[in-house]
Amino acid sequence: MVDLAFLLVTFFMLTTKFAPQEEVVVDTPASTSEIRLPESHVIIISIDKDKRVFFGMDDAKPKADMLARVGTKFGVTFDANMAKNFSNIASFGVPVQQLPDFLSRDTEQRKAIKQPGIPIDSVNNQLTEWVVAAQGAAYRAFGKPAFIAIRGDGAADVPTVQKVIKLLQDKNINRFNLITDLEGKPGVAGK
Amino acid sequence: MAEIQQQADSGEGGKKRAKKMSTKIDMTPMVDLAFLLLTFFMLTTTFSKPTVMQLNMPVKPKANEQQSEIKASNAFTILLGENNKVYYYDGLVDATSKPELKVTNYAANGIRQELLSRKSNPDLVVLIKPAEKASYKNMVDVLDEMNITNQKKYALVPIAKEDSELIKSSGL
Repeated sequence: MVDLAFLLVTFFMLTTKFAPQEEVVVDTPASTSEIRLPESHVIIISIDKDKRVFFGMDDAKPKADMLARVGTKFGVTFDANMAKNFSNIASFGVPVQQLPDFLSRDTEQRKAIKQPGIPIDSVNNQLTEWVVAAQGAAYRAFGKPAFIAIRGDGAADVPTVQKVIKLLQDKNINRFNLITDLEGKPGVAGK
Repeated sequence: MAEIQQQADSGEGGKKRAKKMSTKIDMTPMVDLAFLLLTFFMLTTTFSKPTVMQLNMPVKPKANEQQSEIKASNAFTILLGENNKVYYYDGLVDATSKPELKVTNYAANGIRQELLSRKSNPDLVVLIKPAEKASYKNMVDVLDEMNITNQKKYALVPIAKEDSELIKSSGL
């Protein structure tokens, strides 16, 4: 029995991938779709109920490349320490101009900051820049583009979601994946 | 509990003597720790990846491309209103004709039955128009209904002014 216990401990230790610290609380709606989110190479655009937009990428490797490119585009420079911090955070929701300040803080301080969300206005549209840079970086690192998923809160309003979809459509990204919770097929669970 | 015990000094001077040691080690604390770790890892493991719902949007039409129009007889419009209300009508709305607007909900005997009753038309195109006040959950619910009723042709389109006016004038 003790052997078995240790076997299980080893198994769980090796298979566990700690769920990354979520920067934003998103309560996803349920659906009957049974397609699973891929394990890796996923770009997650989170939309919370206050219409804030967050950008996240699960791969740490292409992140530095992406950060450098977006930085050059907006004329913002990041040092090595910031890039390291950037690879460690799961998602962020600050405009690129505030990003150096945000990244130079430590984890505890970062948690205390209320992130305003990434700007998605037509005049100041940074989200598409991030997505395009992430796709490019993922392509260079893995030879294939990343999977784009939208994780919206059930209480988020549709205009924000539609705006995000519209922005990405402008960049010829037409396939989206909406992250949902699993729900039983109808007949079992009524809403 | 521990079985390794020094034998009590028998009092025969300070003479060192080969002590009889028990070869059994008490495993209890180690096993306790093992189970503690086991419980910890089992609880922290994220069991399942979330599921995703695929949504394909149409490719942006080129300037000189001809867009196909849908026939009014094949159109079925669902308007997602505020407070979890669903409005629907058959056909298209334009200046001359005003279709009759009906209201229902997201329950299994609500919008789903309306979709199923229209399955007889294989060319049916469902237009989903979320209003400003609709929540994202409503949108996912309706897309899910398309999946449940196996409706292949549907489009997520922004709400038109005529549609909002229709909701307002109907008073539902």
